[in-house]
Amino acid sequence: MGDINRNPDRDWLKQRLMGASLCIVLVFSLLLLRLVYLQMIKGEEYRRLSQTNCVRLKSIKSSRGLIYDRSNTLLVDNRPAFDLSIVLEDAKPVKETVAHLSGLTGEPQDELMASIKKAGRSAFYKPLVLKRDISRDLLAMVESHQFDLPGVYIDIEPTRHYIYEKTAAHLLGYLGEINREELQSGKYPNVKTGDSIGRYGVEKSFEPFLQGKRGGRQVEVDVNGRVIKVLKTVDPVPGKDLYLTLDLKLQQRAEELLAGKDGAVVVLDPSNGDVLVMASTPSFDQNDFIGGISSKKWRALMDDPGRPMNNKAIQAEYPPASTYKIITAMAGLEEKVIDRSSTFFCPGFYKFGNRRYHCWNRHGHGELDVVGAIERSCDVFFYRTGEELGVDKLAQYANGAGLGRLTGIRLAHERDGLIPTAAWKKKRFKESWQAGETLSISIGQGFNLVTPLQMAVFIAAVGNGGTLYRPRIVKAVRDYRGKMVKEIEPEITGGLPVSPENLALVRKGMLKVVHGSRGTARRIRLKDITIAGKTGTAQVFSRKAGEKFDNKKLGRTLQDHAWFVCYAPAENPKVAVSVMIEHGEHGSSAAAPVAGELIRSYLGAPDPAMAMLSEHGKDQQE
Amino acid sequence: MFDRRLIENFDWGFLGVIILICAAGMMILYSAVTAGADGAVLHGLFKKQAVWMGAGFFIILVSLVVDFRELGKLHLFFYVLCVGLLVSTYLFGKVGGGSQRWLVLGPIRMQPSELMKISLIISLAAVYAGSVSQEGLGFRNLIKPATLCLIPFGLIVNQPDLGTGLLLLLIAGTITLFVKVQKKVILTFTGVGLPIVPLVWFFGLKDYQKGRILTFLDPDRDPLGAGYHIIQSKIAIGSGMLTGKGFLKGTQNALNFLPEQHTDFILSVLAEEWGFAGCVVLLLLYFVLLFWGLNIAYNCRNMFGSILAFGITAMIFWQIFINIGMVMGLMPVVGVPLPLISYGGSSVVTNMVGFGILLNISMRKFTSS
Repeated sequence: MGDINRNPDRDWLKQRLMGASLCIVLVFSLLLLRLVYLQMIKGEEYRRLSQTNCVRLKSIKSSRGLIYDRSNTLLVDNRPAFDLSIVLEDAKPVKETVAHLSGLTGEPQDELMASIKKAGRSAFYKPLVLKRDISRDLLAMVESHQFDLPGVYIDIEPTRHYIYEKTAAHLLGYLGEINREELQSGKYPNVKTGDSIGRYGVEKSFEPFLQGKRGGRQVEVDVNGRVIKVLKTVDPVPGKDLYLTLDLKLQQRAEELLAGKDGAVVVLDPSNGDVLVMASTPSFDQNDFIGGISSKKWRALMDDPGRPMNNKAIQAEYPPASTYKIITAMAGLEEKVIDRSSTFFCPGFYKFGNRRYHCWNRHGHGELDVVGAIERSCDVFFYRTGEELGVDKLAQYANGAGLGRLTGIRLAHERDGLIPTAAWKKKRFKESWQAGETLSISIGQGFNLVTPLQMAVFIAAVGNGGTLYRPRIVKAVRDYRGKMVKEIEPEITGGLPVSPENLALVRKGMLKVVHGSRGTARRIRLKDITIAGKTGTAQVFSRKAGEKFDNKKLGRTLQDHAWFVCYAPAENPKVAVSVMIEHGEHGSSAAAPVAGELIRSYLGAPDPAMAMLSEHGKDQQE
Repeated sequence: MFDRRLIENFDWGFLGVIILICAAGMMILYSAVTAGADGAVLHGLFKKQAVWMGAGFFIILVSLVVDFRELGKLHLFFYVLCVGLLVSTYLFGKVGGGSQRWLVLGPIRMQPSELMKISLIISLAAVYAGSVSQEGLGFRNLIKPATLCLIPFGLIVNQPDLGTGLLLLLIAGTITLFVKVQKKVILTFTGVGLPIVPLVWFFGLKDYQKGRILTFLDPDRDPLGAGYHIIQSKIAIGSGMLTGKGFLKGTQNALNFLPEQHTDFILSVLAEEWGFAGCVVLLLLYFVLLFWGLNIAYNCRNMFGSILAFGITAMIFWQIFINIGMVMGLMPVVGVPLPLISYGGSSVVTNMVGFGILLNISMRKFTSS
């Protein structure tokens, strides 16, 4: 060794470099041979191909997956749209052709030229879309003048079609053209400029399934752009179909009932978390988004004070109001602050320090136990229970019941609500928690915020014995041949933190809300179906203690929100319903009837008159 | 401060070859960006490339002042700096085409993986210079270099940029083989390596990467994507025939049939417009460049310098081979630019730094350690 480490040994180095030189010579010979092959041997053929420039690429768009409801009714499909396109190389002279086209179609020549200019340099051989989704008349016109319009083609593209316009618009969602950043992100390998992707709702969250795979053809064309020979074809792969848990009929009924009001309805199957209904009003028509929504329509949607683009079932947060008393009752019983026999006297107010907290019933409810307090929604009973529990204990039970956290539904933009704790207030406002605030919390006012979906999941759990499910909107994904691609199983996300005995007490109170002689929702009673529920009236703005407003005199936007949550039949629930009507004033008058009507139409209880006519009607419908 | 001998020993011939290739590159690039419609907009690329080339020559000039042996002493510093830059692409990097490869510093967009190549070559040369022996490197000698390679390799592959990552391994492997490895080591690595191939295939590669390899083996698999590009590239090259269609007269190029015609596929522009003759001239220039590089390695009286010169030559060699092979349909489509011809600042600068080092070694060839 020695010398070799520092100063290279000439012979050693020569020997190593000879090997390297040999490699270079070999590789360059290979490249040279390849050049000879391509340019000399096959040169003539390639020269011919390049002169006619006749190898074109035609992309074939795939169709997007279809969407069905739970009983396999088609909700969203694709229809053919006719796009007017041009291949500049074949359309010579371009100016004359475009002028002619403009004369035929009435489209301004400048606009047609503008889209050609925009495409720039890459556009010579690619079909360039001039106008999307043209009418049948225009189509016939262009077809009949095919000879005077060289290079002008009609492309047939599958386009989204929402069969029941507006129905479940928030849940189904809509599409939008992909933008440059998204294209560059590499997340959409099968999508090209001008294609649409899911922008909202199921269309967005299940995009990877719904999206198909483009196909295409390599074709040889003649000087007039006519296809002479198809060299290679790759068939497009259609997207996968979705089978929702949604019940179309019930959804339509819910939307009818909500018509003219701002609000949301969620109906779940308590046995598995299936979303049977998710309605939010006002709504919008997804078909407006096809081929790009006009800026006028978009503005109108954005400016609407009813926020039609918001899915209020998951995106809007409201104080839970008296529906929250179920939580307070559960927490009180579990923490042994109250038991089944403890009673309080409600004189119409509760004295706390030197302040009086009023009950909604100023005359007082008298002596009440927990069941009676739920039935009649007595504030005083829950002020006292809440006060002894404290805000953090209440929050612990609310969280345990799924409030203040995402339900995990597979939809974007879900909000998590808010369940306040002393620590939260310290962090948020740098102030300590006041015991008086706990009183507001315990009847669901104050900082509490929940979404209608959270309440539905919670009430479904009360109904099914305590199991919290992740709301499921898609049951199955199948390919276009009907082969199962993915089955989405019900998913348990937790359990109510309450013993069966205590839950039974709460359920008893809720049954009495509808079926008790003084229940707050007794008006929605049905003949054959038992309903257990809870009303709620959420203050839109906070009032000073003791202040009394006449709701009728307030502007509509200051009126209270109306809640009703319930499940039915009470003994063995098949549905859980959460209804929120913004500014509906009272849960009992605005929200509960909606729930009652939905339960009636779903569980098939006949109208009272019909019931008398047909005794076995119920069996038939089930 | 400048030794007179250094100027006397300056390798004008080598610089001449570089200038010739650069000139050819600018000419082809001009063709690639101005032919066809809308030339004015793309002219900017030509000017930018001219600026990069100018910067490159400036870097060469400046780098000559410092003795190349200083690089060996500072190799770890450069190495850590480049790895640091790679790491910071994760933190501050700009996402382009789905991967984080670029760092943006004011007006400059740089790709640290490019500089990493040079830095790794320097480090390997420094390490191997101390462990060269007649019988070759043993297992123990390879631990350190392997570590030096795998860190940046992992970082680059994660960007993800498998092409550059593999190029890095290819260069490092070439240098290692050049330094000589014991037979038993080579046999062991082949024995262990071959069974790993299917594992990498099934677990290591992303679907699109597998797709590229499959498409190369069977171009009909993806006739609309890479398959189509290769067809158009072959048409462009083949249609050039013996003498080409003439400067700025390439129809395939002008009509924008070629994807990336100013970067990775630029050779097809040359082949179309200047034909077989033009290609042979370029290949000849490259051939001379590579042998000149090997000659510099041979003439250097310093082991570090020899290995370094060889490593840089190897880097240039692989880029030429992979790029031309790809454009002519001999290799899968991977994004490797053609040295001094393809448009791209990072690539120009990296190669120029490499040439600067070669010139540096060349003019100090008689200064042994």
